[in-house]
Amino acid sequence: MSLLQIRGLQKSFGGVKAVDGIDFDVAAGELLALIGPNGAGKSTTFNMVNGQLRASGGSVKLDGRELVGLKPREIWKMGVGRTFQIAETFASLTVVENVQMALISSHGKLYSLWSRAASAYRNEALELLDQVGMKADADRPCSALAYGDVKRVELAIALANDPKLLLMDEPTAGMAPKERNDLMALTKRLVVERKLAVLFTEHSMDVVFAYADRMIVLARGRLIAAGSGEEIRNHPKVQEVYFGTGKTFEKPLAQEEAAA
Amino acid sequence: MSSFLVQLLNGLAGASSLFLVAAGLSLIFGVTRIVNFAHGSLYMLGVYIAYSMSERLAGGVGFWFSLVFSAVAVGFIGALIEMVLLRRIYKAPELFQLLATFALVLVIKDGVLWIWGAEDLLGRRAPGLEGSVEILGRNFPTYDLFLIVIGPVVLALVWLLLTRTRWGTLVRAATQDREMLSALGVHQSWLITGVFALGAMLAGLGGALQLPREPANLGMDMLSIGDAFVVVVVGGMGSIPGAFVAALIIAEIKAICIWLGDVNFGPFSISFSKLTLVVEFLVMAVVLVVRPWGLFGRPQGTPRHSGAPEAPLRPAGKSLRWFAVALVAGMAVLPLLQGQFPYALVLSVDLLIAALFAASLHFIMGPGGMHSFGHAAYFGLGAYGAALLMKAAGLPMEASLILAPVVAGLGAVVFGWFSVRLSGVYLAMLTLAFGQIAWSIAFQWDDFTGGSNGMIGIWPSGWANNRTAYFYLTLVLVVVGLFALRRMLFSPFGYAMRAGRDSVLRADAIGIDVKRVQWLAFVIAGVFAGAAGALFVYSKGSISPEVLSVTKSVDGLVMVLLGGVQTLAGPIVGAVTFTWLQDTVARSTDYWRALLGGIILFLVLVFPQGLAGFIHDLVVKLKPNREAAR
Repeated sequence: MSLLQIRGLQKSFGGVKAVDGIDFDVAAGELLALIGPNGAGKSTTFNMVNGQLRASGGSVKLDGRELVGLKPREIWKMGVGRTFQIAETFASLTVVENVQMALISSHGKLYSLWSRAASAYRNEALELLDQVGMKADADRPCSALAYGDVKRVELAIALANDPKLLLMDEPTAGMAPKERNDLMALTKRLVVERKLAVLFTEHSMDVVFAYADRMIVLARGRLIAAGSGEEIRNHPKVQEVYFGTGKTFEKPLAQEEAAA
Repeated sequence: MSSFLVQLLNGLAGASSLFLVAAGLSLIFGVTRIVNFAHGSLYMLGVYIAYSMSERLAGGVGFWFSLVFSAVAVGFIGALIEMVLLRRIYKAPELFQLLATFALVLVIKDGVLWIWGAEDLLGRRAPGLEGSVEILGRNFPTYDLFLIVIGPVVLALVWLLLTRTRWGTLVRAATQDREMLSALGVHQSWLITGVFALGAMLAGLGGALQLPREPANLGMDMLSIGDAFVVVVVGGMGSIPGAFVAALIIAEIKAICIWLGDVNFGPFSISFSKLTLVVEFLVMAVVLVVRPWGLFGRPQGTPRHSGAPEAPLRPAGKSLRWFAVALVAGMAVLPLLQGQFPYALVLSVDLLIAALFAASLHFIMGPGGMHSFGHAAYFGLGAYGAALLMKAAGLPMEASLILAPVVAGLGAVVFGWFSVRLSGVYLAMLTLAFGQIAWSIAFQWDDFTGGSNGMIGIWPSGWANNRTAYFYLTLVLVVVGLFALRRMLFSPFGYAMRAGRDSVLRADAIGIDVKRVQWLAFVIAGVFAGAAGALFVYSKGSISPEVLSVTKSVDGLVMVLLGGVQTLAGPIVGAVTFTWLQDTVARSTDYWRALLGGIILFLVLVFPQGLAGFIHDLVVKLKPNREAAR
């Protein structure tokens, strides 16, 4: 059985169906890319998996346990880490403290009032930072980092409670090409070494085709294709949503049908 | 029944003036995002200016001209305030803008005192509307009927101005997104000045219209700003129709309370007329819990500039530790100098208590990111708790010093549970409401708390009942308290607090229950504020509702902001500076408020990062910069 099973997942905002009944699986040790044009519903799907948005319908199961209706922090406790499209870190903490914070939380020490946080799990945090190549910057304020580095710190934070599933929302947005490849190579290594499942969205196709084991394509809230790089590249529907049908100037009704 | 209907009409008349003040406040908040504490002062100026003009210009035309003149004059004063002061601090953190407008309250109050004196001034009746008309067999003042009409008329005019003119469109655009408007090439300075002037004018008009109904007095600023805040928050920040509806609701509920009077429910008797002091805050608390953005409000977008990011906490270096030890040692030998400076011990006790109070407020405001406007509630609960445990329960000082903080903590458990559900300005207003509720209970429960007179004869136990002993007791407890608060900020919990403030999303995504962390922070701050309150009551020997008042909460805010929110030593530096200033200035001049206000304004303009923040930055600048050298 796959680690993550998504069945009939839906989300509507008012009358708009942002995600309209999608199914897919992610297996342990798999790097799955979720791609699609802007507004396809990628981030919405993400936010439903990690509990930030409540699904309007359908189910999300992790190891057979239902996630819909749980809060992000509860889902995190079950072993789902995530990074955000616009990196979210704690600006007033140092780099290593950011990671320590996640470790403190995963060891259930949040309500300890008297011990010193600065020395708590510091070595483990440094080790995680070492893995993402940020150890040298451990004691700098997180607010002083370049954006690409913040994203790497975010990855270290997300790895702190040894997750089974990692959700990465546009992990390489805003990074230089070299940084992108480094980050994705690192992610790929983690997938292999830790048998980690990774679901990520991405706009830069070179990254997707170079690293993803498998990819699924979302357009207007629906899954239109799934498969290997080769299959997706040649899939007529995918070509249509990305490049159009050449029927742009025909009647709107015809277009509707084509897209559906 | 007829008395009920007339009472409802009375409510309508009250609503008009309330609406005018609140509409101005709401407009100003919408565009500038500044919570203008001085708005009540502008209202008060409106009353006074209208009084002077109408006394000079007798006759019907003269009176009505005075009202208009007063509104325009206050609008002009508002524009001046915006151009000279506020324009310089838009980039500062929002709390600093608040501090600046609060300083204005002090300055304007003393300005009014200086020009018009302390006596209440009874204005003329409105010419042509002196009489009354008979409604349902009761006399109803004609002027009140006029007021009932004027509210909706002004609402319509403002609405037309905002929806039918180009200027109004710009104002609405600025309310939604100032950065975007600026990016579209709209020059904002004059727009903001204009909005400020319009808001001030509405406040002035509201004040001037009130002249025939109640005498001009110096307490009007704080009373009206309290009411206006409530109306704006209930209606939704920035919404003019919301302000109108909220003003109606609150004025009517007050009117109904007066009509109900004393009602017996079986063995209990509830005095609804006494409830008028607090009912608006109850309404606000209920609305905020059910609809966190007010009846007509929308969630606020997060502001795009929020000041420089805070530097990570570093444990105290050697020099700072030695300095702290030297400071405590220096204070410990103070009693030896009692001969030369007999007043020093009394003042030091005040300073120490203020430092603990300010540090507890800083705990939730700085690292916790929750701006409490009603922190006096916990100080007061601690103070009243200690006094009542001694007087009513007969406990000795030692026991009540231990239990009083628990009482304050329990208060914080209840108030905090509601408060942490909100954030930003709304959280500030809800805490203000809870502060007012606590105050009015202490103020009105004569049998238990002694009502407005308070209680006397709350002295320490025999061994501590002399200046020196009580000074040492305070010194020890405050130092322990400050150390404990600081220690907690360096603990995992303290980090979790800052984490929740920095990024709710990230905190939630790594398993931190931000609301629960904030709740606990609230309770901890309440306990320490309660301890300060308990120490306070034994140092004075008496207590009055003053310890729970808005002024006390604002004192705390000023101390924290003066010292600097982002520095741990800030609240202590701020508390000492503020208390000492207040003490010396108050003894040297009648116009101490203005002087204090002036000093605060000066500090805000010169040290926007607070005193301790300024010193910290200076030290960093003088040291070779390690970060830059990398």
